Amino acid sequence: MNSTAVTGHEAATHESEPGFYGTSWQKLMMWWFIIGDAILFGSFLAAYGFSRISAVNWPDRTQMFSLNFITVMTFTLITSSATMATAVAASRRGDRKAAFNFTMATAVGGLAFLGMQAYEWYHLIHNGARMDTNPWGAPAFGAYFFAITGFHGSHVASGVLILLITAWNAKRGKSGPEGVELTGLYWHFVDLVWVFVFGCFYLI
Amino acid sequence: MAIAQAVETGKAGHQAHGRDHGHPAGFIRKYIFSTDHKVIGVQYLLMAMLMSVVGLGLSLWFRVQLAWPGKAAMTPEQYVAIVTMHGTIMIFFVVSLALSSGLGNFSIPLQVGARDMAYPFLNMLSFWIIVPASAIMILSFFVEGGAAAGGWTAYPPLSALSGFGKVPRGSPGSGMGQTLWLLAMALFIVSFTMGGLNYVATILNLRARGMSLMRMPLTVWTYFVAALLGLLSFPALTAAAIMLLLDRHLGTSFFLPSGLVVSGQQAANVGGTPLLFQHLFWFLGHPEVYVLVLPAIGIAFDVIAAFSRRPPHGYKTSVWALLIIAFLGMIVWGHHMFTSGMNPFLGKYFSIATLLITAPFAVLGVNLLASLWRARIRFTTSMLFALGLISAVGTGGIGGLFLATATADLHFHDTYFVVGHFHLMIGVVTMTGTFAGIYYWFPKMFGRHMNETLGKLHFWGTFIGAFALFVIQHFQGFGGMTRRYFEYSADYVQPALALNPAVTWFAFLAVGAQIPFFFNFFWSMFKGKKAEANPWEATTLEWTTATPVPHGNWERLPVVSGKPYGYAEGANGDAHRMQNAEA
Repeated sequence: MNSTAVTGHEAATHESEPGFYGTSWQKLMMWWFIIGDAILFGSFLAAYGFSRISAVNWPDRTQMFSLNFITVMTFTLITSSATMATAVAASRRGDRKAAFNFTMATAVGGLAFLGMQAYEWYHLIHNGARMDTNPWGAPAFGAYFFAITGFHGSHVASGVLILLITAWNAKRGKSGPEGVELTGLYWHFVDLVWVFVFGCFYLI
Repeated sequence: MAIAQAVETGKAGHQAHGRDHGHPAGFIRKYIFSTDHKVIGVQYLLMAMLMSVVGLGLSLWFRVQLAWPGKAAMTPEQYVAIVTMHGTIMIFFVVSLALSSGLGNFSIPLQVGARDMAYPFLNMLSFWIIVPASAIMILSFFVEGGAAAGGWTAYPPLSALSGFGKVPRGSPGSGMGQTLWLLAMALFIVSFTMGGLNYVATILNLRARGMSLMRMPLTVWTYFVAALLGLLSFPALTAAAIMLLLDRHLGTSFFLPSGLVVSGQQAANVGGTPLLFQHLFWFLGHPEVYVLVLPAIGIAFDVIAAFSRRPPHGYKTSVWALLIIAFLGMIVWGHHMFTSGMNPFLGKYFSIATLLITAPFAVLGVNLLASLWRARIRFTTSMLFALGLISAVGTGGIGGLFLATATADLHFHDTYFVVGHFHLMIGVVTMTGTFAGIYYWFPKMFGRHMNETLGKLHFWGTFIGAFALFVIQHFQGFGGMTRRYFEYSADYVQPALALNPAVTWFAFLAVGAQIPFFFNFFWSMFKGKKAEANPWEATTLEWTTATPVPHGNWERLPVVSGKPYGYAEGANGDAHRMQNAEA
């Protein structure tokens, strides 16, 4: 250890062990948050399975949903993951303009998804679906559908907000590759959760 | 102000090494909205002490009702609310705050050799979310219908029957009181999750040079395992709480079954199941026990090492035992639900898996005991509490064997046997560990010693009172005395009831013994005997820095050169080697 006075955070990292496989604490925290959040969604989906298996007359999904519409919705969200990955790559290259553009494109994708989800909800509510009842069968369907897609939707909405902040910071040079990558991790996670929600409600 | 001393380095100290490590300026930034882990740790401790006055006061109140029915002014509805709030406050706002958040915040960065937590601002936020959470929990006593009365487990249907909209009202306490309870718990979970993220990131990433994982003090190991368990299990309760709120306020039927009749009225709910809540709740509930108990055991290892002047027995086996306990702890939640209805094969699985936990726990217990072998023990107050912990782990653990066996549990379920058992584990084990930690680190926190005479008074009162009270409750449970009852009328339970006055007197002894502790804590902050940097001649990193600890903890971070417990390394067995000693 050298004898010069220690200054600031940069020095603090040099004084410490290299950390967990060289991962920064920020990324480590984000990963653990994601694992916890995954268990939260897992609990919801497990509860959904628990109730659906024991329900007498679970509604027939073909009566309620238009699979074509949901496919477009899902495709939009998955595409936004691709633009996010591009933004991270651009940020790593130091191309601030591209990082900004692709992060903004991701946010637009997220907003489009939210718009389609709002339409989907409107459509179902219009046809009589509520939290406590629906015209097609077991009332638990409405409760789980609105609770889980709503909870996921709130994740997308907060994700869009984070994306906008990240885009703005990336443009001004305040958010480096690590910052964009952290936002990206969260965004990919939100997309991944949708794949499970999509599978559990629309495919099975 | 004495907390000042915990962080005050003296202005000279700051100027001398001139770090731009954001050292706080005014009083408010230093002691109120501080990002310093040491200040936050003390803030948590003070908060827990405040809440313990409420939590322990409630327990005495209902103990009077149990011992001398009718003597305590309360209705049956108030009784269940008081019991519910006692449980919730003690588990989440006393033990969790004092042990996990308070001592954890203070000790982790100091023991791993870090300047602060990984994300100090988030750490401050965790504390300041606990403040409204505590306030909401206390205020819920004063809303219409009073505080939540569904038990600390908040089982539906009772906890879901809110009386809002189409939902019928279950009991006075299941109205606004239960909603506020859920709100306070939601805030608590947010705070505890942020705290856990900070613990994990700090322990994995900010260890001083040379501090490999297998060189960490066992206290840090237990906090690490506890933080992981908390992060993995609390989300299940979050999900359950959200669904419960929807049932209460939006008329859904996640947990409310068809054909439910409340006060002669048929409820409109269709198709829910209360069993689902129990699964989600105990998926958190059981790991939560280890979140609380393990750090207490970790602190006991450190304290026993320092005062028996030899390294704890079997460091490596203890670490492995911790990891195995954590794994098994996640997959045994069903043993709380043997009487709730489950497939008999599933019951057998949960029984066997639970009994398996005995093995790693026995390893920890034996390692604690063996650490005392041929040691020249220094009987400080801190050491007495650590020894008390070993006893409570053993006694409480034996009760666990009975309850883990599904067939025996059918008899013991919801009796005072259960009450006695879990109070020994998450009451006595956790609090003896907490007190051992407080007496041990107090000189580092405030630069002064706590008074030993008052401390010993505190120990013997606490230990005799708590031990007698909870062991007797096991026998009352054998005798068929069920929990959460306001009054008893059956003949068979009369012999068990005869023990109630004795139990209540012991409760008064155990709670009364906290008075010298409170006095000692605040008196010693200002007037206690001055302490030097390493008063216990302990070897872990927190004792290598000055007292009071400077902001940023060390002028230059220590470099670790060996094992955490360098005791008995000299020729005559009494020399000790600091963890950062030159090789």
